[in-house]
Amino acid sequence: MRVETQVFEGGFSDSVLNAQNVFRALMDAMANPGRIVDVSDLTTPPAPLTPLAASIAATLFDHDATVWCDRAISGSAAAVGWLKFHTGLELTGDTAEADFALISDVNAMPSLESFCRGTAEYPDRSTTLILQIDSFDGADVLTLEGPGIKETQSFSPSHLPRMFRDQWAANRAAFPRGVDLVFAAKGALAALPRTTRITKTEA
Amino acid sequence: MTDLATYNFAYLDEQTKRMIRRAILKAIAIPGYQVPFASREMPMPYGWGTGGVQVTAAVLGPDDTLKVIDQGADDTTNAVSIRAFFQKVANVRVTTKTSEATIIQTRHRIPEMQLQAGQTLVYQVPIPEPLRFLEPRETETRKMHALEEYGLMHVKLYEDIARHGHIATTYAYPVKVEGRYVMDPSPTPKFDNPKMHMSPALQLFGAGREKRIYAIPPYTEVVSLDFEDHPFEIQTFSQPCALCGAKGSYLDEVILDDKGGSMFVCSDTDFCEDRQAKGHRGALAPEAGTAEAAE
Amino acid sequence: MYVAVKGGEAAIRNAHKLLADRRRGDRDVPAIELNQIVEQMSLAVDRVMAEGSLYDPELAALAIKQARGDLIEAIFLVRAYRTTLQRFGYSTALETSKMQIERRISAAFKDLPGGQLLGPTFDYTHRLLDPELAEDGPVDAPEQRDEPEAFTPRVTDILGHDGMIEEDGEMPEGSVAGDLTREPLTFPLERDLRLQALARGDEGFLLGLAYSTQRGYARSHPFAGEIRIGEVDIELEVAELDFPLTLGTIRVTECQMVNQFKGSAKQPPQFTRGYGLVFGQSERKAMSMALCDRALRARELGEDITATAQDEEFVISHSDNVQSTGFVEHLKLPHYVDFQAELDLIRRMRAEHERKHQTGEEAKEAAE
Repeated sequence: MRVETQVFEGGFSDSVLNAQNVFRALMDAMANPGRIVDVSDLTTPPAPLTPLAASIAATLFDHDATVWCDRAISGSAAAVGWLKFHTGLELTGDTAEADFALISDVNAMPSLESFCRGTAEYPDRSTTLILQIDSFDGADVLTLEGPGIKETQSFSPSHLPRMFRDQWAANRAAFPRGVDLVFAAKGALAALPRTTRITKTEA
Repeated sequence: MTDLATYNFAYLDEQTKRMIRRAILKAIAIPGYQVPFASREMPMPYGWGTGGVQVTAAVLGPDDTLKVIDQGADDTTNAVSIRAFFQKVANVRVTTKTSEATIIQTRHRIPEMQLQAGQTLVYQVPIPEPLRFLEPRETETRKMHALEEYGLMHVKLYEDIARHGHIATTYAYPVKVEGRYVMDPSPTPKFDNPKMHMSPALQLFGAGREKRIYAIPPYTEVVSLDFEDHPFEIQTFSQPCALCGAKGSYLDEVILDDKGGSMFVCSDTDFCEDRQAKGHRGALAPEAGTAEAAE
Repeated sequence: MYVAVKGGEAAIRNAHKLLADRRRGDRDVPAIELNQIVEQMSLAVDRVMAEGSLYDPELAALAIKQARGDLIEAIFLVRAYRTTLQRFGYSTALETSKMQIERRISAAFKDLPGGQLLGPTFDYTHRLLDPELAEDGPVDAPEQRDEPEAFTPRVTDILGHDGMIEEDGEMPEGSVAGDLTREPLTFPLERDLRLQALARGDEGFLLGLAYSTQRGYARSHPFAGEIRIGEVDIELEVAELDFPLTLGTIRVTECQMVNQFKGSAKQPPQFTRGYGLVFGQSERKAMSMALCDRALRARELGEDITATAQDEEFVISHSDNVQSTGFVEHLKLPHYVDFQAELDLIRRMRAEHERKHQTGEEAKEAAE
């Protein structure tokens, strides 16, 4: 397909209801950390963007959102063009000033610490990271606790940032400052807000 | 003239919804923290639920069933007006039954029935800052939250005890969320505070005029501020509801005459009607079957 | 037996019906038309456009008619509509020195380039009710100026040539003007956002504050350097074009106050500025805005903050009449749940009080 066609096509078919649908999945996920929320494919973006990550982008990004994309995405003219055309986002090369980060290669991503954690007075001015992964059938099983979780919740994404438990503990320790994570797998998403504690890891 | 003014689906434009949605996600991630947002003018006045309406409008979808209450009742004029607004602009299903609602927008009450997982309670908030009446400046209160400096609040509550023998705050009673942020629960009676603690429902708070959104995720610790020698306690009523006979629900006093005659009835009208439908009767209840005649 | 009151829906419906009836008034009197409001109530229309932050005389007239002439209600209607509109872009800064001037006066100079033009002002009218206006009598055509309009530099630009007045405020390189309708205000504000807030602020509130500065609460020794009213072009920069596109013209009132300033270690003594700009014709608002702007620059100019008019968080938080009227009037809404909680507490406290004073003379201490 020609780049131009890829850029202009594949957006939401119903921008109002599709966005509402994806947002409710995100809200449900953020309110219930580690819960897997199904979302059907509503976009067909160019690679390396996945349909769900692109749907999240179309739901949350606009010209008031500053977004950092990892190398695989920012290196794809079609992917960047799609994001620009369908969301109007502001791109940044600086992880520390991003409202959102869009990451297709979780193994190669920068440390959580390099993103914006907000300030003590405005902890909301922090980065929300959107991680594209394959599935929630990963080998490692994390046990989660914290607000939104009645007792415990197990969580096993197929990909996690390197040294995740340490990185996450450091993020947790900075509370109320910190980053929040959204995992976008095929057909389902889950979230880890900064309040979530990882109490156990099993391989 | 009909082309003079036209409005978008669910009233808010998509850009506004995105802005509010981003704020809601942050609010959930930082329980009890007030996220500033660029609140819009709404077609109802500031102070009449514009924050709650904006949150509801950003969240609401075609699969939702909406319930709107004011003072616990579905038929108070402002509740009727807000419900009609959403029926008009979003064509959404509405209900008065707490159990059937997916989204409940409320002013001043939390329903008596325990809310369920999957339900969202949206509060209309007039003054979101619990420290506002102790320190009117936003620049100062923001610092106090950042430094977790809540001594002033305890001093105020303790001064009440010294002067009145009681904490004299009966509604909008401050809570601490997940051990970190002191939060204003909106002007609900403190009777409702315990319902916020570990609630299975998601609680969202919208303050339109003051431009703040905050949240309590499900299963989150919400503790009313108190002292060891003066523990938090809720209001109790000496008599049951005169209509449904319920004990332990929050009651409104209805004046019956000008000679001091009054009765107490449930403020949560759905709760009360549901009990009456199940055959419960209070001292002044109409006989079964005649309630419909009311106009 | 007690039967609970129902019927909120019917009550609202009937109230709105009655409102519509009262709005229309006596059906034998012809209904007022929007063009009559636009033409003959034009200063009301201007106020609704200014504080409604939407330049559209016809919509403002509709709002005034719908609001039965309640201007704050009309402003609210316009705001609630404006907020739903898509934003296409931001115009370039208005070039008021190129204004098509209808009125221009300076209280600081007797004469100056471009001259003094009184224009359509109430000034020097004797405030005597005119019974002839009760009828639709003939009105003479206004005088027309013969010579072409002279270049009319702004007084502050004239003063600026020899450094007598501070430079016009420039935004730092690369900064983008804020937009208070897009981002929540966080104090302290930069002047761009502060001026936006003042421009949509309530005329009466700003008038009162401006007056207070004249009476010694943050006195600033103001001179009305210049007031000009007229039409200016709205220009938009479009990426594909190398010249700005003119979208149309709007009428505005601009006021530049010239105020005393002692100077500091870094700066020689010079005059300072207070700025007001309002949609339509409203000198009272533009002058009040300029006085408030100057008072609110206290922090920037290193002055002591001693008066209300200098207190930015106070002034800006309470200047918006749509917010103020909403919250004041919300006290009409039912509060009986909270009232019940207070009743309960007071009863309990009174009972305790009585127990304590059972033998003494009865104390009827008024609870709060």
